[in-house]
Amino acid sequence: MVDHTHQDIDAATGTATTGHEWDGIKELNTPLPKWWLYVLYATMVWAVGYWFLYPAIPLPGGATPGILGWSSRGAVTIDLKELQAQRAPMVAQLNKDSLQQIAADPKLAQFARAYGHSAFGVNCAPCHGSNGQGSKGYPNLTADRWLWGGTLDEISATITHGARYGDPDGHQGDMPAWGASGILNKQQIDDVANYVYSLSHKTTADVSAGKKVFMDNCTPCHGENAKGNIQMGAPNLTTKIWLYGGDKADLIQTITNGRGGHMPAWGSKLDPATIKALTVYVHSLGGGQ
Amino acid sequence: MSAIPQSGDKKPAPAASGSEEFALYESRKQIYPQSVSGRFRNIKWILLAVGMAVYYFLPFARWSRGPDLPSQAVLVDLTNGRFYFFGIEIWPQEVYYFTGLLILAAFTLFLMNAVAGRIWCGYLCPQTVWTDLFLLIERWTQGDRRDRLKKAKQPWTLETIAEAILKHSLWLMIAWWTGGAWVLYFADAPTLVKQLATFQAPTTAYVWIIILTSTTYLLAGFAREQVCLYMCPWPRIQAALTDEYALNVTYRVDRGEPRGSVKKAKVLREAGKPAGDCVDCNQCVAVCPTGVDIRNGLDMGCIQCGLCIDACDNVMRKINRPTGLIGYDTDINVQRRAEGLPALKARIVRPRTIIYVVLILAVASAMGFKLATRGSLGVDVMHDRNPIFINLSDGSVRNVYTVRILNPKGYEREFNLSLAGLPQARLSVMDEPVGGPAGVPIVAPPNQTLELRVTVTAPPDAHLPQSTPIQMVLTDAKTGETVKKNDYFKAP
Repeated sequence: MVDHTHQDIDAATGTATTGHEWDGIKELNTPLPKWWLYVLYATMVWAVGYWFLYPAIPLPGGATPGILGWSSRGAVTIDLKELQAQRAPMVAQLNKDSLQQIAADPKLAQFARAYGHSAFGVNCAPCHGSNGQGSKGYPNLTADRWLWGGTLDEISATITHGARYGDPDGHQGDMPAWGASGILNKQQIDDVANYVYSLSHKTTADVSAGKKVFMDNCTPCHGENAKGNIQMGAPNLTTKIWLYGGDKADLIQTITNGRGGHMPAWGSKLDPATIKALTVYVHSLGGGQ
Repeated sequence: MSAIPQSGDKKPAPAASGSEEFALYESRKQIYPQSVSGRFRNIKWILLAVGMAVYYFLPFARWSRGPDLPSQAVLVDLTNGRFYFFGIEIWPQEVYYFTGLLILAAFTLFLMNAVAGRIWCGYLCPQTVWTDLFLLIERWTQGDRRDRLKKAKQPWTLETIAEAILKHSLWLMIAWWTGGAWVLYFADAPTLVKQLATFQAPTTAYVWIIILTSTTYLLAGFAREQVCLYMCPWPRIQAALTDEYALNVTYRVDRGEPRGSVKKAKVLREAGKPAGDCVDCNQCVAVCPTGVDIRNGLDMGCIQCGLCIDACDNVMRKINRPTGLIGYDTDINVQRRAEGLPALKARIVRPRTIIYVVLILAVASAMGFKLATRGSLGVDVMHDRNPIFINLSDGSVRNVYTVRILNPKGYEREFNLSLAGLPQARLSVMDEPVGGPAGVPIVAPPNQTLELRVTVTAPPDAHLPQSTPIQMVLTDAKTGETVKKNDYFKAP
């Protein structure tokens, strides 16, 4: 491209020109420093090396694999294997020990809590919240009330088999839809809601009509004193903790249409060590019994 | 105006065309500083020897701290997050001491600048010190200025190649030792030396040795004065901080001009005509490590090293003229001499220097006081944010806190953790059955941080506002040392 025949020396600067000329303006020949060019060439050589060593050229059906056989997925797999190898002794100990033994060993319990916390974040946080704080319809695991029991073994059983999730060993038991099925009429539902509300709140209103409805219909599950039954997952109605809300409107909604949330059976998805770690972690959140 | 380098001429072209014309960039000219002896040269050698001895050998100094603790006097233990400096141990949360040190260093630099300009650059800056050492080796292997100038023009011979190889090998050895000494500050030095020799040291150590070896080799061997002129920000900053009372290496124009040979000056003097002491021998330029001609006045490139003073004094002694033609002098004296007024004595004590000294003393004593009175106990309290409070079945409200207790002592200590500001609430440590108004006993293991999950529970009938200020109080059971931390108790 360079017209070397027209190269000359620029009078003003004394520098040679390249032969390029536009409207009488000439380009001075001031090439890049040699070291700079060599660095550029070196990066080119380096890049060619990369083409052969690493996945590089996109082709239909995938990129060229590269002779080192490296892939990002493979690298993650190796990292995970290393992590598993690091954790292996502690995980083996988790598998071996009972939940009570794990909780009693400070070092192992600490590992289980950390391991459980990360597993909780992946599997449980979508429903129970990042720290087990729960929300309406999803139990708060940091408080001191448990539908299905809050000891280590009870928590473990709930995580493994779930509730109303098709696992034959899982927790069963629904709150029937008393209004929707026509067993109770609107007045009765209103009365019983007033009665249940009075169990956890001071009230001077007359709730005897509701008490009668309760005694006739609700005691098989919730008990005569309304303290509930963890075998059936029937909540204690005398406390301040309400899974689906304790306002009268919430109570009417619950009694009319019933309730029955699902807890997945994690036993088929997670390995026993993870479930033990989750159990210890959930137990340590502050509500464990 | 042209941006193209045309020649090595530093001065603006004659203003014949009426416009100033100068090159914006000048390609580097190799400088061949000549050796010199004298007062300032000796001061520089002493500082060089002391500085390097400290840098290279300090990692090997030992300091007994008891079992399980490193016995290295100066150690940056990144793995365990500790910095040891003789009897002082700094934990990560105390890094503000380093901020304090940086502030002290800045004020000291300002003070040095107010007293004698870029004296830091000339005597203490690592770039100067290592360059000096590299130049010493260059002289030793390839000869002094004259020899090196001659050899640079000659084609290579076996002898000059051998000399160059020797020089670069020695340079690389020093550079390698510089990098090697650096990593010794980050691990037990004797162990690391053994590991390095047997190729069992961590990869990071080798990487840092390579980085520091190459930077030392390049900066002290090749870049040299380029670092001071183009890379270092200090010349620009110091120019804004200096004043007319700062001592600077100065050529006494009134004494030196007009220049001329010894003979010519003698003839002139005998004829009663003015004759300067400067014999234009160019020794001051030949010895300058940054290639400055000090006789042109204060120069951006001057690092105040005083080697030209030594060179000039040596010449003055030889020709039997008083020394001090070039010497440390102030701008105000340069001005006064030009006006024919007598020079003033150097005034080191003046408002500017007093302010710097006061600031240095203030920061140093604040740091010293903090260091001397710092507690032997650290407590951190973090309120759980999610959930911010927990309703319990009986209507009581619970808040959960993470309390970190830092025991920097080398022995196990017993503490009592209690709550203030909320008398009706009950404090307990999770997984510990005990708790109550008297507080919870805590055993903190030696030299460790203990992390506790602490719950505070307020009874159902407390009727608390949304936020109540509380205090976690940690008391050493034996010494009674108490640390209080403020936090809040949150309620619905």
